[in-house]
Amino acid sequence: MTTYVIKRLLWLIPVILVVSAVTFFLMHNAPGGPWDRDLSARQVDANTQRLLNDYYGLDKPLWRQYVAYLIGDFKDDGSFTCGAVCLNLGPSYRQRGRFVQDILFTPAEGKSIFYSQFGYSLRLALLALTMAVLIGFPVGIISALRQNSWVDYVSLFFVTIGISVPGFVLAIFMIILFGSRLHWLQIIPQSWDEVSVWIMPTIVMGFGTMARTARLTRSSMLEVMRMDYIRTARAKGLMERVVVFRHMLKNALIPVVTFLGPALAGLITGSFIIETMFAFPGMGRAYVTAITQRDYSMIMGTTLFFAVLIAVANLSVDLVYTLLDPRIRLSD
Amino acid sequence: MNENPLKSENSPVGPAPVAKVENTFQNSAKVAALEVSTPARDLLVDAWYRLIRNKASVVSMVFIAFLMFIAIFANVIVPNNPLKMNSGKDYLPPVWIEKGPAGAAPDPRFLMGTDTLGRDVFARAIYGTRVSFVVGFVPTVIVLLLGTIIGMVAGYAGGGVDNFLMRFTDVMYAFPDLLFFIIIMISLRDTFIGNLGNGMILLFGALALVGWVGVARLVRGQVLSLKEKEFVEAARCIGARDSRIMFRHILPNSLSPLIVTTAFMIPGFIITEATLGYLGLGLRPSTNPTDFFLTSWGAMMLEGQVSINVQPWMLLTPAIMVSLTVLAFTFLGDGLRDALDPRLQGTQ
Repeated sequence: MTTYVIKRLLWLIPVILVVSAVTFFLMHNAPGGPWDRDLSARQVDANTQRLLNDYYGLDKPLWRQYVAYLIGDFKDDGSFTCGAVCLNLGPSYRQRGRFVQDILFTPAEGKSIFYSQFGYSLRLALLALTMAVLIGFPVGIISALRQNSWVDYVSLFFVTIGISVPGFVLAIFMIILFGSRLHWLQIIPQSWDEVSVWIMPTIVMGFGTMARTARLTRSSMLEVMRMDYIRTARAKGLMERVVVFRHMLKNALIPVVTFLGPALAGLITGSFIIETMFAFPGMGRAYVTAITQRDYSMIMGTTLFFAVLIAVANLSVDLVYTLLDPRIRLSD
Repeated sequence: MNENPLKSENSPVGPAPVAKVENTFQNSAKVAALEVSTPARDLLVDAWYRLIRNKASVVSMVFIAFLMFIAIFANVIVPNNPLKMNSGKDYLPPVWIEKGPAGAAPDPRFLMGTDTLGRDVFARAIYGTRVSFVVGFVPTVIVLLLGTIIGMVAGYAGGGVDNFLMRFTDVMYAFPDLLFFIIIMISLRDTFIGNLGNGMILLFGALALVGWVGVARLVRGQVLSLKEKEFVEAARCIGARDSRIMFRHILPNSLSPLIVTTAFMIPGFIITEATLGYLGLGLRPSTNPTDFFLTSWGAMMLEGQVSINVQPWMLLTPAIMVSLTVLAFTFLGDGLRDALDPRLQGTQ
């Protein structure tokens, strides 16, 4: 088991190398650079640009910049700055004087980690996941127990909508209906400390995951319901409640529980359009902004973080599975 | 569901062949005759009859066919020129609204109203169908060809190709798909490739590059399990060449999961295109009336979101179109899966 985990983690190194290389060279190939201003604003003059490039090492050959970002580089005076291997994600080119890891993970003065950009995204993802589980589980279970009843058909219809209609289209419908028409909810809030402003982004983000949870729960319940041990449980006269909760649910929820890790990672990394639409102060919107501003180190840092997050979430599936289902052994 | 294995044999293909055997156990004779008659029918034909008994799938198919017709003949059926800016007629509400939020009265010529520049929203949405369907189908064909061939070789021959495929998959899984598309579109958009077909060629390439991995993995898995089967061994015994075994024996047997995957891949591509368009990274809206592609639903939503209070139908029309199209493909995909693998019926 330990060997397996170590192997999987070691395998992450080449994956991250490739992901970062692709991101790095594609981004540097994109027209424009971090010093460009909006067309209406005064442009940074050529001399300053040259000095900035020199200071941040952007005048060096690309491969050297890449190595410098990942491992580190010697400055002209001989001092060594460590790169991403020391968890230094580099200085942001747009938010001068701040490092990428500070931008992502350091909250405002006197606040907890949940008020950093990552913290905001994490909170939104956790809220969405909670909603998905609290609604998706029961809906899936009920529609499996009442298969082919009208309850099942109604829930299947909504589940299909949730799975197929993308989040941002759903957001458009909700914004027009609840924000623009009915004026029930604020669309662009003054502050994210109020509870009501979280409602819409949470529902939009959670709906797809909820649908997936419900569908997975339903199919895995239906599979378990046909097992011999369920018939045995019924045959020996157990109460229906005991059959459902102790014999069915315990087994049916294994695949659903393992799905939650990647679902959370997907919610954190996949939220950038929703975050941008609601002007949410999270990592996703910062990432989109960084891409449009060509803030290279910010793009690289966030991509690396996302890749690690997804890899760890995928690894968690296998580990949680072995914990929940002793029949499964991981081969080294 | 399928307690009775003979149930699917009673499909409306024709009268069930009744054995004309004088037998006191007539029922069992009937059953025997039915069982003999099954191999005459193709698996896919069988699946087709199961599919057309599924109401949601039939409605979806009709709707998709209708949209395809619209997409092909968009230039003929548009009520108004989608590029013409009607001065003084901007932000008109749809016809069924008596007075728009901006105070404008609708014009019966413009079913869904007009946009910021006074262009017909309905006509533009019709042209958007074209982009969505081409984006749904063209990359799918590339992905199927590439993925099937690579997956077959990887599964059948193993070795280098197999290793490469698995490693490539690991990398692709670590990349959030949409981020990858965004980075590709931003960095290559202004190059020569990015300008071909208003950016459509680059979009096809990006979608295909990410998409083939899934198909290749699927085919590889199928091949790995099928190549141990007796019929492959038999084919090898009579001296069939590898290519014949791969394409005549293994491929037809792995068609069902491929068809289902394809049905779900198409809406996936349509969504990706709409998302990229919404971010301003998809097709470049054209102003040249001779262009085949004028605008996409994603681009329309992007244009519409600034006017959300004045003319919400600029946003709602493409949003509804995307939702309906994607829903139709999903229902069809669900139906196909049930039809091709009746054991799964209703469980997924």
